[in-house]
Amino acid sequence: MSEQEHIYGLSAEFREEQQLLDAARRAYDEGYRKMDAYAPFPVEGLADAIGMTSTRMPLVVLGGGVFGGVSAYILQLYASVWHYPHNIGGRPYHSWPSFIPVIFELTVLCAALAGFVGLIWRNGLPEPYHPMFNVREFREHGSQDRFFLCIEADDPKFDRQETERFLASLEPERVSAVDS
Amino acid sequence: MASEHLKGSDGASAPILEPGQTFRSVSEKISSLVLERKTGLGWFAGLGITFLGFMMMMFAISYLLYWGVGVWGVDIPVAWGFAIVNFVWWIGIGHAGTLISAILYLMRQEWRTSINRFAEAMTLFAVVNAGLFPILHLGRQWLFYYLIPYPNTMTLWPQFRSPLVWDFFAVSTYLIVSLLFWYIGVVPDMATLRDRAQSRLGQVTFGILSLGWRNSARHWKRFQSVYLLLAALATPLVVSVHTIVSWDFAVGIVPGWHSTIFPPYFVAGALFQGFAMVLILTVPLRRFYHLEAYVTERHLDFMAQMTLVTGLIVTYGYVCENFTGWYSGNIYERYLVINRALGPYGWVYWLTLACNVVAPQILWFKWARRNTLILFLIGIIVSIGMWIERFTIVVTSLHRDFVPAAWGMFYPTIWDYATFFGTVGFFFMLFLLFVRLFPVVPMFEVRELITTLEKKGEYNKGSEASPSGVVSEGAQSA
Repeated sequence: MSEQEHIYGLSAEFREEQQLLDAARRAYDEGYRKMDAYAPFPVEGLADAIGMTSTRMPLVVLGGGVFGGVSAYILQLYASVWHYPHNIGGRPYHSWPSFIPVIFELTVLCAALAGFVGLIWRNGLPEPYHPMFNVREFREHGSQDRFFLCIEADDPKFDRQETERFLASLEPERVSAVDS
Repeated sequence: MASEHLKGSDGASAPILEPGQTFRSVSEKISSLVLERKTGLGWFAGLGITFLGFMMMMFAISYLLYWGVGVWGVDIPVAWGFAIVNFVWWIGIGHAGTLISAILYLMRQEWRTSINRFAEAMTLFAVVNAGLFPILHLGRQWLFYYLIPYPNTMTLWPQFRSPLVWDFFAVSTYLIVSLLFWYIGVVPDMATLRDRAQSRLGQVTFGILSLGWRNSARHWKRFQSVYLLLAALATPLVVSVHTIVSWDFAVGIVPGWHSTIFPPYFVAGALFQGFAMVLILTVPLRRFYHLEAYVTERHLDFMAQMTLVTGLIVTYGYVCENFTGWYSGNIYERYLVINRALGPYGWVYWLTLACNVVAPQILWFKWARRNTLILFLIGIIVSIGMWIERFTIVVTSLHRDFVPAAWGMFYPTIWDYATFFGTVGFFFMLFLLFVRLFPVVPMFEVRELITTLEKKGEYNKGSEASPSGVVSEGAQSA
């Protein structure tokens, strides 16, 4: 067991995205949960294969949009009706149709900002260092043309020999220990 | 241009990606443009010339800030001169970039992949230029922040019923959202550059810009979700921005402006001219950076078709304007139509029609859509045509409106020209820096495209020339 404390996990390297997808599904079926798959472009169904079936990003964006729209309306209401009522061409103070463009723009702005911040934050970025970067092949190929599956050491089912044997059975290019 | 088109019924149609590309060859080709390729003399010459343009712009702006807007040709009755023309023109250029990156993404048009990165960059640089003009056009430019609603000691608020305030919100939102959308798309490619960079400077710079992106499947899932939502947000945004720009005109009661055709007519005009600018940028970029494998004749063909379609909508706008002038029964509207065609600025109007209505008709022919020189020239002609169209809209409506005693002429000064041509230099300078410092084709999207096309059986990925790997159990970690 003491050996496990030194490593972040075991990673297997694949040539094709289909191999990675199959491997990820097999690993999930095997009972592994704390793992991550790495592909140099979004592979359909890969996140679902490692057990991430949904994302809250749409909710974050919706929240940002609602906040932006409501606050834009309140801002204009406060400014034009209560704090600085001013007769502009005989229009009512609460001339709500004129408020729509700003409401729309701020809805889009806040939704987009929420999406951006949410994406960075939920992904835990910026994260300049990550144990996966200790794997030489990952640095050389991970962002270009190879596919990796890493089963992490803090998975309850993780056992260095057992997991290594399992990963090797998936016919990867190689299996590497990932230093933490 | 739906996907059945992609299969190509005739043998002559080009693919949207040249065969033989692999994941590796894409990364090597595109990143080498940034990391390894020797910077050519042509690039330096271009940068030098455009930098001079930028300096001219800075000088013209400084001169303007020192002396005030009197250095421009604007006066009563034509109080909106080049500044507004340039503003509308530049922001229109931006719109085609958003169309390519967002709307075509939502419609799953695979041909957008190779061109969306630099089209988005084009959007950013065009919007930066556009945003300058409303500020420069103010009497006291340094007080532009009065447009921002903030609690202040004067207890003043912006006038939220004014299209000029809407404009401020629309343009700043557009700039920020375009920047976010572009940057999110760049992050994974920054990771590729980080991993490929040989120099320490490159590794650190791209490492910081990549935010430590490591291509995790979880990250990709959130990435795709947010990217799709941003595309869905940018689509109505781009329509709203130019609609609001057109309201700057249409909400006023000036003859020729007070018309419901303005929003769609302006949006179509923006896309028309934006596609023209995409053609101007694509043709040399593709040639000098040897991107023929990624930006194929098929792309040029599609862009030419988009130019033609939007051009026809603009033509409809012209017809509608003249119809309204006659059908409204309003003497001011009717006089505007006559004055626009036969008055002192009549030649500008006829030149507009020649550039925007007549010239693009050549794009009906397939041989013309595949000829890069013709496309480049059409791009330039349409850009000029759209600029003078905006000139016609701004100037002819104002210079002879209701009371003949108040009629006048608009004479631009050298500072009007210096500011405008300066921003053209600034735009191309930014673009040259962009093609040198950033990957011009989104690498991860091309990798994805290879897989998608392969699954559809439309593409054969070249085999990678490396020996089959050996399974090494328990290999040493680095």
